[in-house]
Amino acid sequence: MIDTAAMAEQIPALRRYARALLRDASQADDLVQDCLERALSRQHLFRPGTNLRAWLFTIMHNQFVNFAKRRGRAPDVVPLDDEGGHLPGGAVAPDQGGRLRLRDLSRALDALPEEQRAVVLLVGLEDLSYRETAEVLDVPVGTVMSRLARGRERLRRLMEPPEAGSGGEPGLRGVK
Amino acid sequence: MSAARTLGEGDLHAYLDGELDAEGRAEVEAWLAGHPDASARLAGYRDHKAGLHALFDGVLDEPLPDSLRRTLAAGTRPAAVSPPGPPAWRRAAAAAVLLAAGGLGGWFGQRALAPETPPAAVTAPAAAFAQRAIGAHVVYAAEVRHPVEVGADEEKHLSAWLSKRLGRPLHAPALTEAGFRLVGGRLLPDGGAPAAQFMYENGDGQRVTVYLRQRFGTGTVAFRFAEHDGRRAFYWIDEPFACALIGDIDRDTLMKLSHLVYNAIENRTAKAGG
Repeated sequence: MIDTAAMAEQIPALRRYARALLRDASQADDLVQDCLERALSRQHLFRPGTNLRAWLFTIMHNQFVNFAKRRGRAPDVVPLDDEGGHLPGGAVAPDQGGRLRLRDLSRALDALPEEQRAVVLLVGLEDLSYRETAEVLDVPVGTVMSRLARGRERLRRLMEPPEAGSGGEPGLRGVK
Repeated sequence: MSAARTLGEGDLHAYLDGELDAEGRAEVEAWLAGHPDASARLAGYRDHKAGLHALFDGVLDEPLPDSLRRTLAAGTRPAAVSPPGPPAWRRAAAAAVLLAAGGLGGWFGQRALAPETPPAAVTAPAAAFAQRAIGAHVVYAAEVRHPVEVGADEEKHLSAWLSKRLGRPLHAPALTEAGFRLVGGRLLPDGGAPAAQFMYENGDGQRVTVYLRQRFGTGTVAFRFAEHDGRRAFYWIDEPFACALIGDIDRDTLMKLSHLVYNAIENRTAKAGG
């Protein structure tokens, strides 16, 4: 029998992740709802003493994959020209305020490929370890790391002012 | 890790995400010192991470929709053998409240027992708040050189500053009668809102922190207990603050300190409110 009080404690984080993925509050809560129902119906599969948080995020991720197919994503996806593309209208310069930076970040996040966005959010927002993230997504840790690096670098480029964005590969990459 | 190994992109992210051991961190830091371009990129990644929290942490404080509450409540009694009455987790929560109230005597008892045990819509954000308070304790109570931003020698300034930022009159509760002296305090972000952390230390070098911010949500949360990685916390939400007391000390001492903290905040609020 699963500890529902412990499960309740994870709900705010599950809602946050769902909101970040779907952007629509009611769709996000529907996803959390599906996740909870599934978790409760499969609670006999949860091994007490193992990582409840990772288990719930795993269920949520799998539900999301189905969910996204079924309902489609929120309509605010920003079209991109290519890998090194910039947001329409260009990114906002830092001195124009944090609010606009956040708006840019939000749009840049939407422009990431699904698999990179999941890793960026699970690690950067939900503070899951690389190992936990690998477990949730059912991929090797190395895949988590490469998706994370690619996703974050792409976010950074999307948010750069266009004139500064034409530089070559980042220095560190060349060191390897 | 060998010192001769070259660093890769992955090391930079692992450093940012706290995946490296002390040796690995030192290695990356040394490398960063000679590579300002990578340092700038790291700062950018760190900004994005903070930005994600700024964008989405507000969700943590939103009340739970009824549908989620019902799902969770239903999940606690799926089988025919379930006893009648409130779901198990609510009974457990109620028992925790009774325990806390009993331990503290009448001062908190009435407040704790008067309302129904609050629903998950109220308790889940409160539990998340307690987690953040414990997180802040873990990070700063371990600090040797910079445990606080403003030291106890500037207590007046500390109070004035934090009162201004939290938008409420606020003083560091006095815990000297329990053997804990004020070390100082700092300002922290809590889901997009300003929070204050006061740190205390006793003669054995044990530290406790008080973490508080303006209250959120609509309900009152009576005294609750949380434990995570050996850190214990009591927390509650009342007017005007959500407050948590965290320490690696035994539960009885922590409860006694909580009593002092609660009374200090109550008195201050009563005075300020007229």
